[in-house]
This record gives sequence, C-alpha cells and structure tokens, in this order.
Amino acid sequence: MTAPTNRQSIEAHNLRKRYGATTALDGIDLRVDEGRILGLIGPNGAGKTTALNAILGLTSYEGTLRVLGRNPWTQREDLMRDVCFIADVAVLPRWMRVSQALDFVEGVHPRFDRAKAQAFLAKTTIPPHSKVKQLSKGMVTQLHLALIMAIDARLLVLDEPTLGLDILYRKQFYDSLLNDYFDRTRTILITTHQVDEIQNILTDVMFIDRGRIVFNSPMDAFESRYAEVAVNPDKLPEARALKPLNERPGFGRSILLFDNVDRDRLATLGEVRTPSIADLFVAILGNKTTTREEVAA
Amino acid sequence: MNANTNAVSDSRFESQAIADSPTRPTRPFFWSVRRELWENRSIYIAPLAAAGLVVLATFFGAFRFAAFRGKGLLWAPDAMQQMKIVEQQCAFTALLIMGVTFVVAIFYCLDAIYGERRDRSIFFWKSLPVSDTTTVLAKATIPLLIIPLLTFAITVVTQCLVLGIDAVTLAAHGQSLSVMRQIPLLQMEGGLLYHLIAVHSLWYAPIFAWLLLVSAWAPRVPLLWAIMPPLAVAIIEKIGFNTAHFINFLKSRVGGPPSGMSFAADMSGHSAFLNPGHFLTGPGLWGGLIISALFLAAAIQLRRYRAPN
Repeated sequence: MTAPTNRQSIEAHNLRKRYGATTALDGIDLRVDEGRILGLIGPNGAGKTTALNAILGLTSYEGTLRVLGRNPWTQREDLMRDVCFIADVAVLPRWMRVSQALDFVEGVHPRFDRAKAQAFLAKTTIPPHSKVKQLSKGMVTQLHLALIMAIDARLLVLDEPTLGLDILYRKQFYDSLLNDYFDRTRTILITTHQVDEIQNILTDVMFIDRGRIVFNSPMDAFESRYAEVAVNPDKLPEARALKPLNERPGFGRSILLFDNVDRDRLATLGEVRTPSIADLFVAILGNKTTTREEVAA
Repeated sequence: MNANTNAVSDSRFESQAIADSPTRPTRPFFWSVRRELWENRSIYIAPLAAAGLVVLATFFGAFRFAAFRGKGLLWAPDAMQQMKIVEQQCAFTALLIMGVTFVVAIFYCLDAIYGERRDRSIFFWKSLPVSDTTTVLAKATIPLLIIPLLTFAITVVTQCLVLGIDAVTLAAHGQSLSVMRQIPLLQMEGGLLYHLIAVHSLWYAPIFAWLLLVSAWAPRVPLLWAIMPPLAVAIIEKIGFNTAHFINFLKSRVGGPPSGMSFAADMSGHSAFLNPGHFLTGPGLWGGLIISALFLAAAIQLRRYRAPN
C-alpha cells in the first residue's frame, strides 16, 4: 500500500465493459479520494453512465474496482448503505406521496434522518401530502435532493442531476449541495453537460471519451496550468509560436488556449484568464478527434 | 486499504468512525411489501368493489326485485329452499371475489417488475439498500400470501353482511330464522381458507412465479411474452408429435389440483378436512413449488443483471 494521505472513495484499475461488439469502458484507471468533488465530463456515449453504473453496482464489469473498500457488484446491498445516487430527476415513482417517500426511505435506510429531510422540504413549496406526479419537475428534484441529503452517505453520485431543469432550480440545486450537504468528509461524483455551472464547485475534473480517461486534473492545478489569452491580430504569429492547444475567434480577436506557458509571458500578448472547462474540453477532445481522423486517413 | 489501522488523528477518520457505528434498525422486507400496496391499490379496491356489488345486489334483490320473480324467494316458507338460496349466495360471493382477486393477481405479477423499468423508478429503488432478493420476494408475497388472505377476509365479511340482510329479510316476512342457525358457517369459512391457501397460493404458485419472471425479463408487453412461449411449445408439440401433453399439463395446472379438490367441495366442507394429506403428498404440489422457486430465482437474477437503460 502506498500510504495515501486521504482515504480513497473509488479506486479502479483497468476497468472494462463491453456490450456485445461495443466497448463502453476501455480500461479506465481512476482514483478518487475522500472529500473530493469530481466532475466526469464527456460526450454522449463516451462511457460516463457505464462508469457510474459500474461504481454503483448496477452493471457487471472486468478489471478491479473498489468503492468505499467494497466490490460494488458483489457487495451492492452493503455498499448502498454508504452510497447515494440520483440517476436522473425523473425516477421518483409518480404514484408515490411525499409522506410515503419519507416513510419508505426511513424504513429501509439505516442512515436516513427524517427530521433533516422534513426541514429541507419545509423550505420548499412542496405540499407535504401531494403525489410525485402532481409536482413540477423542479419540485421532484427538490424532493429527491431532500431525501438524499438526509442520508448520511459517504459517496454521492449524480448523473445529469439537473437535466431539464430551468436555471433557477439548477443554481439552487448546487447551492444546496454545497452549503447543506458537502462537508469535506463526503465524496461527490457528478456528470453533467452543463459543465460551466459546476466549474466553481468541483475540486477535480476528468474527461472521458470513447471509454477512456483522456484528461484528469485537480481544479487548482487546472487553474494554474491552463490559460486563455485574447490575442489581437497583430500579436497572433507571436502567440501561435507558443503552441496553443486550441484557437477560436472571439470579437475580432483570437482566443488561444495554452498549456503550461508562463503567465507573465502570456500577459504581453493580451488579456489572460482561466479557461472554462468546456473550452478545455473542446480543445482536448477536438484535437483528439482530428488526430484520429488523420490516423484513419 | 484498511485505514482503521492507521493511527492518524484526522477528522476524516472520525467521520469514518461515525459512519461505521451501529445505525437505526430497518425493515426492508416489510416496507417493500407496503410499497407494493401503496402502488397497486387495485389489490384491495377491486375485491372491495366486488364485495360492495354483492351486498348491494343482495339488498335490492331481497327487498325489491325478487318480489317480482314469484319463485325462488328467500322468504318462501320452505326451509330447504331457504337453505339452498343462502348457500348459493355465499358460494357466489366467494367465487366472485376470488375471481376478481385472481385476475388482479395475474395483472399485478405481469407489471410488478416490468413497471419499475418502464417508468425508470428502478433507479430510485436501486439507490436504496434493498436487495433484489428482498424486492422480488416482497413482490411474490403479494399473490402468494397477501391476496389470498385479503380475499378471505373480504369474503368472510361480505358473506356475513349477506347473511345479515337475509336474516332481516326473513324476519320482515315473519319467517323463522332457524335456517340461519343451520348454516355451517365455520366449516364454510374453514373450507374457503383451505381452498385459498391450497389452490390459489400453493397450487397456482408456479403461474405467479412465471408471470413475475416474464415481468423481470420482457422488453415490452409482458402479457404477450407470458402467453406466447407456452403456446408456441404446445403448437410445436402438436405439429411435431401430434400430441398434447404440454397443453394438458398446463390445463391441469390451471384447473386446480387433482383428487376432486374442487371449490364446491372445499366450500361445503366435504373435502376440506379429508384431502390435505393427499394434496400435500402429491407430486404436483411439490413439483410446482420447486419450479416456482426456480422461476423466482431467475427473476431475482434478471432484475439484478438487466442493464437499466
């Protein structure tokens, strides 16, 4: 054992999963320490959901995978005492009443604190005796979040938790998550397409493409390593000499993304800022796609 | 991997200690059964509606319509005829409610596991520490235990109401109530309970287990998948060998156990306390129960393996 300073929530080595001829996970190595908020970002069909399903014990896999020290496929029931997940906002049973949801989770989950869930629900406009099907999509998410946040879990997995929600609910969702739930002893794993909205809450970011991890970095390293510069046309050749990862037009200037280039040097070229995850994603995945096409040709 | 052996005083490990400490006891099986009753209210609404219908029909039949028919009147001064009518009313009540709950049980089983996948609520159920085994067994408990007992309770109450209406009717027509005292109520209800457990639960167990298995597997329209494979086997057998063993086997299963264990015999109390030994030692019962267990085990595995998509 390499004596890590932090406890590991998730550890995977050479994680693979095939569906017939399709390879969904092509040898993933992953380590998530306790107390991190990891964003798993990738295009559709990249293997995000398969990876999460493997972590949650919802699907079998090849390779080694330990979640909170357990094998998620063989020790699933035990694992679910310490893990919570929201797979999608639309999965609460539509016939269920709010009170029944509280009763059921209280009845089956040893770490559920009903008072906490009720306190959270009291802050919403959800009528306590309504059925899920009578609630708006935003309210269903609030209810699900209230149930999840009242569970003293060590790992929370969120797969597109805010899909189809308007911006107010999305903001509220992440605010609640950060302020009322996250306490640095829990681990949160999020996948979402609305990358920019979670950039400021993540501690780590990981890109996944075609079943492989193509980028993996803590956010503080991300911020010091990558820089984006808006370059005026006259400085463009000089900037291009520094080998930007990516270049895109923006308001009469060119926006160049640099990896590991001295910030003072970049400041002479134009206005420097930290790129968004989405921009880096496009830069890395876009380049990879080009490379692949070149290889294929 | 075992951080508990690390002598590091870190708040992270303190939280770990809290998480590992004993927690509130839970009853996942009990709550899994309850949620089936929350979700499938037809389990009790349908037989209650049938019971209400019987009571209403008895009430209006006794006080209004029967008067026009002229014959077969409950209050005709013929004790034999009174007895026959009352017995028929009780048997009809039991048959109607039993028929309703049998149909409810069939449709319950077909939708029980398929429905979770269809509305994607399986993601929610699987996010909680309730195993597939607990969930599927809780679902199997509904047709095998809950529905027979519920059928029994509702039927007994309905029959008592019917008898009460009959008694009032007889009294109103100045007839003696002696026939009411002669009704073998205890024997009748004992026979009903025996019939429900022996036939509707134990003998039909493979049917319900098969439907649950189809429900766990079917990509869509579980009803079709439940009917088509047995039908295909029967047709292939007919064409290939010109025999009908399989269809006869199915018929004998649906038709109830052998040795004259009919509902009428159970109800009248004639066979109820004579045949259990014969029934319990018959190969049909145990073979059926073994097949039921295999079907349920397969349903549990399917619920576990079927990729939720």
